[in-house]
Amino acid sequence: MELIYEKSVAGRRGVRLPASDVPPAAELPSQYLRSVDTTLPELSELDVVRHFTQLSRRNIGVDSTFYPLGSCTMKYNAKALEEAARLFAPFHPVTPLLPGGERHAQGGLAMLHQMGGFLAEITGMDEVTCQPLAGAHGEMTGIMLIAAYHKAKGNRKKYVIVPDSSHGTNPASAAMVGYEIITIPTAPYGDMDLDAFRAALTDEVAAVMMTCPNTLGLFNPHIKEICDLAHAKGALVYYDGANLNAILGQVRPGDVGFDVVHVNLHKTFGTPHGSGGPGSGPVGVKKELIPFLPVPRVVKAADNRFTLMTDAPQSIGRTANYFGNFGVMAKAYAYILMLGREGLIEVSELAVLNANYVMSRLKDLYELPYDQTCMHECVFSASRQLQHDVHAIDIAKFLIDKGYHPPTVYFPLIVREAIMIEPTETESKETLDAFIAVMREAALLAGTDPDALKKAPLTTPVGRLDETKAAREQNVCYFGC
Amino acid sequence: MPVYYTKEHEWVKIEGNVATVGITEFAAHQLGDITFVELPKTGKSVKQFEVLCAIESVKAASDIYAPVSGKVMSVNEALENTPEIVNESAEEAAWMACLEMADPAEVGKLMTRAQYDEYLKGL
Amino acid sequence: MSFTPHTPGEIREMLDAIGVGSIKELFGPIPQELRAKSFDLPAGMSEFEMLDRIKGLAVDNGCELLSFIGGGYYDHLIPAVVDHLAGRSEFYTAYTPYQPECSQGSLQALFEYQTAICRLTGLDVSNASLYDGGTALAEAAMMALRVTGRSRIVIDGAVNPFHRSVVKTYLANLAVDIVELPPVDGLLDRQALTAELDDRCAAVLVQNPTAFGCVADYGDLADAVHASGALLVASVYPISLGMLKSPAEMGVDIAVGDGQSLGNHLSFGGPAFGFIAAKKQYIRNLPGRIVGETVDKEGRRGFVLTLQAREQHIKRHKATSNICSNQSLCALRGLIFLSGIGREGLRELARLNRDKAEYAKGLLAKVKGVAVLSSAPTFNEFTIALPKPADEVVAALLERGIAAGIPLGQYYQGAENCLVVTVTEKRTRAEIERLAAELEGVLWS
Repeated sequence: MELIYEKSVAGRRGVRLPASDVPPAAELPSQYLRSVDTTLPELSELDVVRHFTQLSRRNIGVDSTFYPLGSCTMKYNAKALEEAARLFAPFHPVTPLLPGGERHAQGGLAMLHQMGGFLAEITGMDEVTCQPLAGAHGEMTGIMLIAAYHKAKGNRKKYVIVPDSSHGTNPASAAMVGYEIITIPTAPYGDMDLDAFRAALTDEVAAVMMTCPNTLGLFNPHIKEICDLAHAKGALVYYDGANLNAILGQVRPGDVGFDVVHVNLHKTFGTPHGSGGPGSGPVGVKKELIPFLPVPRVVKAADNRFTLMTDAPQSIGRTANYFGNFGVMAKAYAYILMLGREGLIEVSELAVLNANYVMSRLKDLYELPYDQTCMHECVFSASRQLQHDVHAIDIAKFLIDKGYHPPTVYFPLIVREAIMIEPTETESKETLDAFIAVMREAALLAGTDPDALKKAPLTTPVGRLDETKAAREQNVCYFGC
Repeated sequence: MPVYYTKEHEWVKIEGNVATVGITEFAAHQLGDITFVELPKTGKSVKQFEVLCAIESVKAASDIYAPVSGKVMSVNEALENTPEIVNESAEEAAWMACLEMADPAEVGKLMTRAQYDEYLKGL
Repeated sequence: MSFTPHTPGEIREMLDAIGVGSIKELFGPIPQELRAKSFDLPAGMSEFEMLDRIKGLAVDNGCELLSFIGGGYYDHLIPAVVDHLAGRSEFYTAYTPYQPECSQGSLQALFEYQTAICRLTGLDVSNASLYDGGTALAEAAMMALRVTGRSRIVIDGAVNPFHRSVVKTYLANLAVDIVELPPVDGLLDRQALTAELDDRCAAVLVQNPTAFGCVADYGDLADAVHASGALLVASVYPISLGMLKSPAEMGVDIAVGDGQSLGNHLSFGGPAFGFIAAKKQYIRNLPGRIVGETVDKEGRRGFVLTLQAREQHIKRHKATSNICSNQSLCALRGLIFLSGIGREGLRELARLNRDKAEYAKGLLAKVKGVAVLSSAPTFNEFTIALPKPADEVVAALLERGIAAGIPLGQYYQGAENCLVVTVTEKRTRAEIERLAAELEGVLWS
């Protein structure tokens, strides 16, 4: 398909702007003006509409098909959430920062405050900041809070511990805050190796970052012990909320002993992923960490009005322009209102039911390296299919031809040929049954006709792409017309 | 000229006090199509088994460790624009750096070809 | 409600297939003492009740105000095509395009977005978006630290105060010095900068137009910065690039900015997006996702996420950044906006902004006691000095339904009487005249 730049016709105009009602200003001196044209495309409005409509048809989303992408919680995005967010579209974020401006932003501030309250109750924490703009941003903010806490206490800390099954964002976020990383291997039972953990846990450890359930979809029965061991050494414990969908209403990280937690609103709370973002990564903390939270902070005054605290002496400062991805929060807020207490509990129950159902119906044909009850997702290995030279990627591409978005493959890195399936609670039994049937077909084809898998996908606008060429040539910008 | 191997799959060829370093064919095959070799800076000093430089394929990034201590005398600049040499000739044309060896005794901690082949069988 | 389709009968069948008696049993691996101690949330409701409740919060948010506030987020027109096309669920309900064959729509759009950012800034390479302008500036600073191996960042005090504050937060725990140069007349203090350009300086961070609205030309600066071995980083306002000299024309190495003004609603501060573009030689140091062009076996053109070995999911703690989710959908909105407005449209839009702002500047300068702060040219934002504290004046004008601008006293010492006024294409002549009249009223009656 042509690029939008290739469709450009010199002199063609699209959206028309309003006529000016003021006299033209004198030209700026030429030293300030651009001499090289922007060469943006020149198209009619219909050209633009056709182009992006055609592009959209080369994409699939949760609305198109089952999207069991492990670790990503691709649940249904309720349409009313979009309407809720749209209501806030025209509000300028600087309004409440103006002298006397808070009064003109009470609705927005109230929502932020209530959202913080909901998330604090859901995670069992004492206070929540909604400023972080995505999960990884929340992790970095959380580790900054931990660094500020240790600094204030005069603790000298150098390391952050992460299990090798963690998301790459965990070590990357801790490294952004200047910590050195200690990686702990996974034991044969599927959780962080406790002996290796004990050995690595010294007084110089600032934090331990845990994902629970972990990326194998397993709930770590030693999680409280890990928190206690860490606390005994003066380290704080960080909860990566990527897999919170599994334990909504069942377990609260705060009750277990976690000190800092981030939540991915775009996973657990049903806001759409937008082809890669925007997300939103609110961070909850225990009491001792409240003074370090980012500013501006929304606080409720004695007269029940909401105000912004911009000056907190121990705060880590701003981690983003304003108050976070407010529009995403509005959607998550709407989601929590609609589901309510019972609905949220039902989320984790049925997410776990769906994952275990898929696991039980596939484990005779696919290797299940950690064969135990899973939480919200299950991780298979295509190792049995490997004897026919069929890899996880071949199964993934075959699923595309069958109309599905594939599960996550090759993650977590600790499982060879990993196939990580997270069905989520919003999928029906017949959807799962149909998917299971295709997965079983793929396993059988691996033995009888492996080429059928290795040639896939055949139904897409392009076949498997040469990623090596892309990385070597680095054509990331179109230099043509 | 003697060639030694490390557990991290580097090879080192010793000529006098010059150590030429690269990665083994096994390592190149494991990484897949190499897309980038981050060469060390000339003049950089490294200790044995510390990170010397890095290498990337489409879906992996890997550190390359110095088989012996020394100072980087020269690097294989051809790899900058044609990293595919690593896939074509890992143990010949795709040498990465020449080190001025600090301590010839360090080769005692490395494997011979026969030992390395044995090591590969155990993986 | 929880959007779950399961009937009791189906749940029974599924439990039987798993071989357990109840859903509760599936939570068996969780020790009893770790169960939630509380889960005190309201009962659920229908979407209709929910929307009624949210409508109650969505009033009284300054929407009724006549607004002259900017400060990084700008109230621009958003053509209907943007909401319509970005609202296609194939885009907004998709995940990151890890499976390229079924994600060519997002991938090609992001490639086109990267191209648009390169064409606006004049630079060679762009990533597929960052969170916002503040974090993009911080990422650019960290990129410069990596590229140069140095440890000091010099930042112009005329850079957006919110963005400066984000940069400080990001760098606070690293062994990095940040030198902030107090601005002179709303512009970079070039003399003071010269003294800072030594072999420790990794980057100089500037902005165009500045937080005071002043338009600068950093063309003469680049040589000196480069001679010292540092990088020149500029934060720019994309709408202004329809008119103003591009970062590349000024010799800038890394350009960043807030993309909100390109088709994204103000939405109380987000979501919008940040952009980052750089000279080709720095591509491996860019943070975040990048889309690249390639072909399939049949030679058909296609697009993939590329240079992923820089990123956290592969390189973990050695990644160029921790960013994973970015702001793709907002970047898509930016691309649709630019495509709809087009080459000539962006030029016209920039002109319209400047014309309106110049008209306002002329009118406000005639108000007794009001002076324009700097003689430097401006784009759609300018700073005026008032005869009394700007906080008081802004508060008084808010009472009259006008958000007159951003008082600078909070952000700059000695600027208590200064007010930054923003005039976009959305403000009419009558509204500008009303601002002038009400200001006169507040000051003198």
